[in-house]
Amino acid sequence: MLPRIIGKQDGHMQTVFSIAVDALAYGMVLFVISIGLSVTMGLMRVVNLAHGAFAMIGGYIASYAARDMGLGYGIALMIAVFGTIVIAIPIERLLYRRIYGAPELTQVLMTIGITFCVIGIANYVFGPTLKTIPLPTGLQGSVDLGFRSIATHRLFAILCGLAVAAALWYAIEKTAFGVKLRAAVDNAAMAAALGVRTEIVYAVSFAVAVGLAALGGVVGAELLPVEPYYALRYMVTFLVVVSVGGAGSIPGTLVACLLLGGIDTAGRYLVPEFGEFFFYLAVIAIVCVFPRGLAGRTR
Amino acid sequence: MATMNDALANAHGNRRKFGRDLAGLFVILGLAVVGYLLFPNNLALLTRMTAIALLVLSLDLVTGYCGVATLGHAALFGTGAYASGIAAVHFGITDPLLMLVCGIFGGVVAGLLCGVVILRAHGLPQLVLSIALIHLFHEFANKASSWTGGSDGLAGIAPDPLLGLFAFDLWGRTAYVFGVILLAVVFALLRLVVRSPFGMLCRGIKEDPIRIRAMGASPKATLVKMYMISGAVAGAGGALNAISTQVVGLDSLSFTLSAESLVMLVLGGTGSLFGALTGTIVFMFFEDIVSAANPFHWLTMVGGLLIAVVLFAPKGLYGTIAGAVTRWREARR
Repeated sequence: MLPRIIGKQDGHMQTVFSIAVDALAYGMVLFVISIGLSVTMGLMRVVNLAHGAFAMIGGYIASYAARDMGLGYGIALMIAVFGTIVIAIPIERLLYRRIYGAPELTQVLMTIGITFCVIGIANYVFGPTLKTIPLPTGLQGSVDLGFRSIATHRLFAILCGLAVAAALWYAIEKTAFGVKLRAAVDNAAMAAALGVRTEIVYAVSFAVAVGLAALGGVVGAELLPVEPYYALRYMVTFLVVVSVGGAGSIPGTLVACLLLGGIDTAGRYLVPEFGEFFFYLAVIAIVCVFPRGLAGRTR
Repeated sequence: MATMNDALANAHGNRRKFGRDLAGLFVILGLAVVGYLLFPNNLALLTRMTAIALLVLSLDLVTGYCGVATLGHAALFGTGAYASGIAAVHFGITDPLLMLVCGIFGGVVAGLLCGVVILRAHGLPQLVLSIALIHLFHEFANKASSWTGGSDGLAGIAPDPLLGLFAFDLWGRTAYVFGVILLAVVFALLRLVVRSPFGMLCRGIKEDPIRIRAMGASPKATLVKMYMISGAVAGAGGALNAISTQVVGLDSLSFTLSAESLVMLVLGGTGSLFGALTGTIVFMFFEDIVSAANPFHWLTMVGGLLIAVVLFAPKGLYGTIAGAVTRWREARR
């Protein structure tokens, strides 16, 4: 998943630095994709295994727009985000609506079903090969930070993650919509009784969540390559991140992403022959110690 | 409350239930004969079906009867398969019945381990724990390649003739008969288990664990016991798979197998042993037909099927049909 470029001549510092940069970029991409899942899970209490499928749809649309139609990266990104939201709206209306408040098993089955369908259709339409999203010249190459140089794209992913975190923090803490959202997360019935149109809050958050997933899918395409089994391959990772962070918590998700991104990247660099062994071991340890997530609260 | 009513109904209708057990056994054996006659050249598929049926039955014990949502149940099946395979390849235990015992033992140990970990959490974290566990088992088996053969699979399993009389032939007849008998025996035992006071206690925990605790029983200890029973059943299935195919691959410890077994269970209907069997048979037949044509259409179809089941037949095929039959009978009365 992650390219391994260990500079021998520079010794340990270079290794540590590349691990840190890759881990940070990977963690930020995870954050951009998973934060929507976390918010909708905290809000609607839906175990949504299909979230990665939306990230994948975003990646496919961007790849089609940028590579096959020759549009610019920024435009392709916008088309991907809005296109994915447009695709997601009927799915939410027709399918998700029916499983709000249903038992977890039902939600798991429905959303796995959606994931399988998306994988099958993506493969039918785009074929089984890996899709790339060509980067603009501005994002290729590397940036010199004075003491080290890092790949521009990694820096871009990290900045995107920070921007999303800041924007979400502002939207949730400082705007009127954020107040309604927090009220609905805490107690949907009481919020509705006080005149909050919860179905609108739900619809808007779902759309934002899907849009963020698509954004993450496009920005992270270098780290998580777009192919039909994307939705299944990273489904677990996104779910794990949300569960470890605590559903509905932005700081919790951010910490979980950086922590797990760090463990995963370090594991791949240092003990690649063990695969994801240490990642899952850490997940089990964290979930056992914090069954409600790092920032989870009792409800 | 439904549990209490069930208990009362049980006291009245034990004879009828016994009749249904016998009928169930006859249906299994009858289907086995029909399968043998219809597909004499495809006994390998039918044997795999019996092995997977054991896995789905085992999943039903924890998901259907205890309400534990898990996407990592293949860990129990795969451990059973590797236990019997390793016993045969590395320790020279090639008697099929002893291999079966090794598989069951491996399954019980894996069940104990998974049960203790998975039951620490509820809801989403529980699901995540189960997923992490199956990946951990998978990576471990991949890494311990000197024992498990890694990604090449564990080959070279050569079971002795069954009871010293029936050699495992090229057409898989012995393996098939062995599998069907194993499935029938396990099914009969499980009918006893789920109807025992212990089985009723598990159903009670599924409905209201707090009340069960107030009654003086320990939900966690009970569920761990059920997990071990479930591990024994899944381990038997894994051992059957190892004996019949004579290889054990990493796919027997995969997330995909776990998810598929859950799909089969839900397709048939949770909380009913008949439902588990129905789901396995229907799913695997369709898989055999469709995936031969195009594996990706197969995935789309499974997805569509899952959505349809959730929307239109939440009780699964068996549950829906059984419900319709009951209503029809009551209407006639």
